[in-house]
Formats: sequence, structure tokens, C-alpha cells
Amino acid sequence: MTSGWSLFVIILTIANIVACFWMLRWTSKPRTANEKIGGGADTGHVWDKDLREYNNPLPKWWLWLFYITIVFGLLYLAFYPGLGNFAGVGGWTQTGQYEEEKAAVEARAATLLAPLAALPVAELVNNEQAMSTAHNLFQQNCAQCHGSDGGGAVGFPNLRDASWQWGSDADSVVATIAGGRIAAMPPWGAVLGEPGVEEVVAYVQTLSGQQADATKAAAGQARFQTVCSACHGMDGKGNPLLGAPNLTDEIWLYGGDAATIKQTLMDGRNGQMPAWGDKLGEQRVKLLAAYVTKLAAGQ
Amino acid sequence: MTATHYNDKVVRQFAIMTVVWGIVGMLVGVLIAAQLLWPDLLPPYSFLSYARLRPLHTNAVIFAFGGSALFATSYYIVQRTCHVRLFLDKLAAFTFWGWQVVILLAAITLPLGMTTSKEYAELEWPIDILIAIVWVAYAVVFFGTIAQRKVKHIYVANWFFAAYIITIAVLHIVNSLAVPVTLTKSYSIYPGVVDAMVQWWYGHNAVGFFLTAAFLGMMYYFVPKQAGRPVYSYRLSVVHFWALISTYMWAGPHHLHYTTLPDWAQSLGMVFSLILLAPSWGGMINGIMTLSGAWHKLRTDPILKFMIVSLSFYGMSTFEGPMMSIKTVNSLSHYTDWTIGHVHSGALGWVAMISIGTMYALIPKLYGREQMYSTKLIDVHFWTTTIGVVLYITSMWIAGVMQGLMWRATNADGTLTYAFIESIKSTYPYYAVRLAGGTLVFAGMLLMAWNVWKTIAARATTADSPVVQPA
Repeated sequence: MTSGWSLFVIILTIANIVACFWMLRWTSKPRTANEKIGGGADTGHVWDKDLREYNNPLPKWWLWLFYITIVFGLLYLAFYPGLGNFAGVGGWTQTGQYEEEKAAVEARAATLLAPLAALPVAELVNNEQAMSTAHNLFQQNCAQCHGSDGGGAVGFPNLRDASWQWGSDADSVVATIAGGRIAAMPPWGAVLGEPGVEEVVAYVQTLSGQQADATKAAAGQARFQTVCSACHGMDGKGNPLLGAPNLTDEIWLYGGDAATIKQTLMDGRNGQMPAWGDKLGEQRVKLLAAYVTKLAAGQ
Repeated sequence: MTATHYNDKVVRQFAIMTVVWGIVGMLVGVLIAAQLLWPDLLPPYSFLSYARLRPLHTNAVIFAFGGSALFATSYYIVQRTCHVRLFLDKLAAFTFWGWQVVILLAAITLPLGMTTSKEYAELEWPIDILIAIVWVAYAVVFFGTIAQRKVKHIYVANWFFAAYIITIAVLHIVNSLAVPVTLTKSYSIYPGVVDAMVQWWYGHNAVGFFLTAAFLGMMYYFVPKQAGRPVYSYRLSVVHFWALISTYMWAGPHHLHYTTLPDWAQSLGMVFSLILLAPSWGGMINGIMTLSGAWHKLRTDPILKFMIVSLSFYGMSTFEGPMMSIKTVNSLSHYTDWTIGHVHSGALGWVAMISIGTMYALIPKLYGREQMYSTKLIDVHFWTTTIGVVLYITSMWIAGVMQGLMWRATNADGTLTYAFIESIKSTYPYYAVRLAGGTLVFAGMLLMAWNVWKTIAARATTADSPVVQPA
């Protein structure tokens, strides 16, 4: 803020506080020689037949309460930022307080987490401290989408099954968490037309053993191998490198009924796993990778 | 009616609507309290969702119930204490119908999701303009009456009403400045944190001037009248009035502690919130001490009980407010249900109870009756409300402190001890207690409606009272 505005703030603030103080001094002065509470004299004003006012002195305890808050206020403004650009003699800032508290927590946490740094994901899975920390990290950062138990939701993968959209090896899981993933299923409605999409739907249903119209499925197979196999593979088993799901199992991200598969094909899907590397740091990402590996193993 | 009589018609209209909107507003409150306990309570229509109904509740109780009570009492009081009929009957009637239209528009647009998303200022720009016009008309009627007064001294209640009318006009207009995009959508002219600061400058002064100063005006007339005693201290009213209205103006930033609002603004908000404690208590002292010498009346007069207990809740919440504005306390209390408890300690304990007591004193007078149909029912209403409010605020205190402690609890490894959802799970029992408290308060309003109905139905007259000659 410019020094002009700063001065404006300072003057208004001080003037308001001084005005309160002056008003207190003025009104607390005795008006008559032996003025005391309950003295009984009223102001002589009468409204609406019987509405009158006494003019009792200000209660002492109340007056002191007022003075104390004023003194406290002035001391506070001397110590903390408040009076415009004057930063206060204490040098306090909320950013400073945050950094300080964060550093203290980090320092405490570091002593606990340091011994885990060298352990690979496979060993972290069996480390009690690592899994306890990872459990809390998961509840605070991952549960919003994947559920408190990791069971997932429509569009958000279930982490408790053996199916891995982006690969199950430690490096892949760490990369998924740290860097995030974007899964893009393109919309095929315009390319295949609705009858074409319905044929592919029938074929996709047969891939996971569902009942479907055999004629449509046969036509759909041809289309599948031309269009879909690029990502999902000729056999429909998917490709972790592209995040293309395996279509031959009974695990469905958006739903496996004909209507939902049709919608997926017609309009496409966009799955987005955010990147956590910058927020959580390498070590905590590794803990989470171990945690979800353990979840998937059903432990 | 002629200038020899007070304009009581507009007072009667606003007084009846106070009871009606009180019931509506509190019913929606009970409903959304139940939704927090049972999220799937209502069918899944967007207009029945918590997010849409919550602003309906706040607007209904603050502006419909509280607003009607303030219009009624300010019009009643300004005439009695100026010894003159209300200025411009037709304009006064316009403020009644205009205000009711605003309320109806709010009741339609808010559930439909038309909102500026500014708390307590959700209404979209066409309604904002109507509010501004009604409010200016209100000011003309009120100050016109003051200007024509037959006594030299302006009674203390009118200072508070005057401050409230002027300040609310300024707050409403400045905070609502927006660029309209369509008839039902506009965008605030302020950017980012400036918008937040303007919003809470408005928001906290809506509490300070609408819900505090104006209801103190109500208190300053009806407590001495009901107690049959003079106001305790004229000079206390002078010092606490000026200190209250000057320091309240600064308090808004305490709603934005530990945000992107610059440190200096946060500090000023906190310092003035603390200095506000004594000026706030000045009103409580003047109200409660007015009763000294007449304490025995509390045994027989439930109206006075309403008023005295409302002043106690006022004192409690105006102590709690400054404490919560301290950054260290705020870092625990902010965003928790403690804030909800604090607001209701003021809104139910102070605003609703002083309004209810006042209506019980006022309505018989407006309808030419000696007293309400049933004093016993007033007493029952007093106890249902008092117990309801206590259940409400204590459950929210416990819930709020618990949430604050759970959210900030950390483990040695730097992780949070509790997931957010665990704090919600732990809050359920308190949501149940809060619902019980709110239901009691609402049930009391139904008793009031019955009592008012019986009082009016057996009315002797609705003639306006003659203007009293100044002493």
C-alpha cells in the first residue's frame, strides 16, 4: 500500500480509539457533587407518558473493562502488523507462522520417516510405521475419489482388485501417483454411427462373457479389430502403457451394462488422476504406492 | 385517519408478518438441521437440497422475520417518542408491500439457485434494486417523522434505529454493486480478496447494525415500558451508542483470519472486535439494570422474562464474538459449528427472544386488548424457547470445539490424525441435539401463532391510538 493510504489507515484507527477514550473520560466525570449509582435523579425528559431516563454513573467495572481493551488494542497494534505499513515490533506475519509450524512438523516427521527412505516399495508393504503413515495419507488425499476403503466409485478405479489400469509394478504405481494420469477414451459415435456402436457394444459384452446378439457381435468384432484394438489390443486385454482397460475381465470403470458401454463408446470418457508428486514429495508417494499395492493384494 | 392518531395499520401489518415469517424461517431451519442429520431426507430435487434451502432459511429469519419485527417496532416507537403520526402514510404502506415482495422473490429465486453467492446478500440484482428503493422509502418515513417531532430530545431508541437505517443502506448498496449479465445473474464489481473484504464488511455490519443496533432500539423502548422503570443510565447509552457504531464498522476482517487478506487488515478487525466488547455490554447493562427495583415482576410477567433472558444471551454472544475474533481462538473455531452456535446464540437467544417478548407486549396494544389471550401460553413459549436455544448452542459449542481439535490434530509422522469424514461422523449426535433444540424453538412459534390468533380474533377494535401530547 502507498504511504498515503498507510497514513490514512493509521489516522483513522488511532482517531477512532482516541475518540472512544475521550468519550469515556467525558461521560465518566461526575455531573453533581455527590453523584452515585442509584442516586435517583433522572434527566427530566419524558416520552410517551411515562418513558424516562436515569442518568446513573458508568459502572466502574465496565469502565475498566473498556480501558483494558483499549490498552490491549494499542499494545497489540504496536507488536503486530495493523497500523498501515507499520509491520509491528514483533515481526510477525501469518506466512511466517505457517512456515514455522510446518517446519516444526516436518522436522518431527523426518526423524520417523528417515529410516524408511532406503526401503523399496516391496518392503514398505510389510513395515508397520510405513503402512500407518500411508493409511493416514490415503485418507486425507486419496479417499475423496477412491473411497475410504479404496473401493473406488464410478469413474474412479477400485484399488482393492487385481486390475491395474496403468501397471502394477512399483515403478508404474509410483509414476501414476507422482505424475498423475490422463486416460482419454475418444468418442466414437460420429465415426461408427449408432448402429455401428451397438455392434461393438455387443462384441465387447461377449469379451467378458456376457450374453449378446451373435450377429451384431460378429459385425462388432470386425469394427473392434479395426478401430479399438489400437489401444485395447486385438484380444481386448488392454494396454497399461496407454491406460487402456482390459475388457475381458468383469471389472468396469464406468459400468458394464449395454447402455453404459454404449454411452462410453458414443461420447468417450476422460479419466483424470491428479499429480501428487509436488504436494506430497517423493517419499510419501512411495509410501502410498506401497499402501495401494497392499490394498490390491487384499491385505 | 388524521394527524391526531398514530398510524398503527402499518405496524399491525408488520407485526403479524413477524409471526408468519418467524414460523416459515424457523421451519426451514428445522428442515435443514434434519437434512444434516439425514442427508437423504427430502426427494433429490435441486430446490430441496441443503445448499439451496440454507440461504432461504437465513434470509427468511434475518430479513423476513427480523426485518418485519424491526419495521413494526421502529414505526411504533418513532411515533410514540416523537408524539406525531408517521410521515407519509402511503410511503409507509409502500415499505410494507415492497418488503413483502422482496421476501416472496427471495423465497422463489433462492431455491431455484439464483444467487450472487455472497452470504446474507445472495439476492440477485433486480431484487437488490427493489431492496434499495424500499430502504430509501423507509428512511424517508422514519427521518420525516423524526423531523416533525413534538419533543426536543430524540429518544435513545431512535438513535439506534437511525444508525441502522443509514448504515444498512450504505452497506447494501456498496456490497451489492455488480455487473448484470442476465436478469438473474450478475457478477460483483470487486476482484478477489477485495470482494471478500467488502462482503464481510457488509456481513459483519449486517450483524452489527441490523441484528444488534436495531434490536437495541427495540429493547430501549419495550424493556423500560414493560418494567415500568426509567432507563438505567442516559450517559451510558450515549457512550455505548457512539462507541458501538464506530467500532463495529472495523470488525469485518475477523471473518477472514488466516486468509489472503493482508495481515494488517486482519489485525485491525481483531483489535476493534475486542474493543467492541464493552460498548456491546453497555446495552446489556442498560437493559438489565433498568429492571433493578422491579425484579419481582419476573415472577409474574413472562414477557419480561423473554426480554431479560434475551439480554443475557446478548451479553453472552457479544462476549463470545470478541473472543472468537482473537486469531489464536479463531484458528480453532473458524469453519466449525462453533460459529453456527455463536450465530444462533445471537439470532435465537437475542434477536428472536427480544422480538417475541416485544410482540407479546405490542400486539395486544395494536388490537385494543389489555393483554395477550393467554399469559400461561407465553410462559410455556418462554420455556420451550429457552430450553431449545440452550440445547442448540451447547451442542454446537461441543461439536465446534471437537471439529476444530480433530481437524488440527497431527501425528508424529506429520499426517493428520483424522480424515475429514471422521469429524462429520463424530458430529452426528450433536446434529441430533441441535435438531431437538431447533424443533423446540419452532414449536414455541406455533404456540405464539395460536395465542396471537386468539388475541386478534377476540379484538375489541383496530382503531389507531390517539397521538399523546408531549409532557
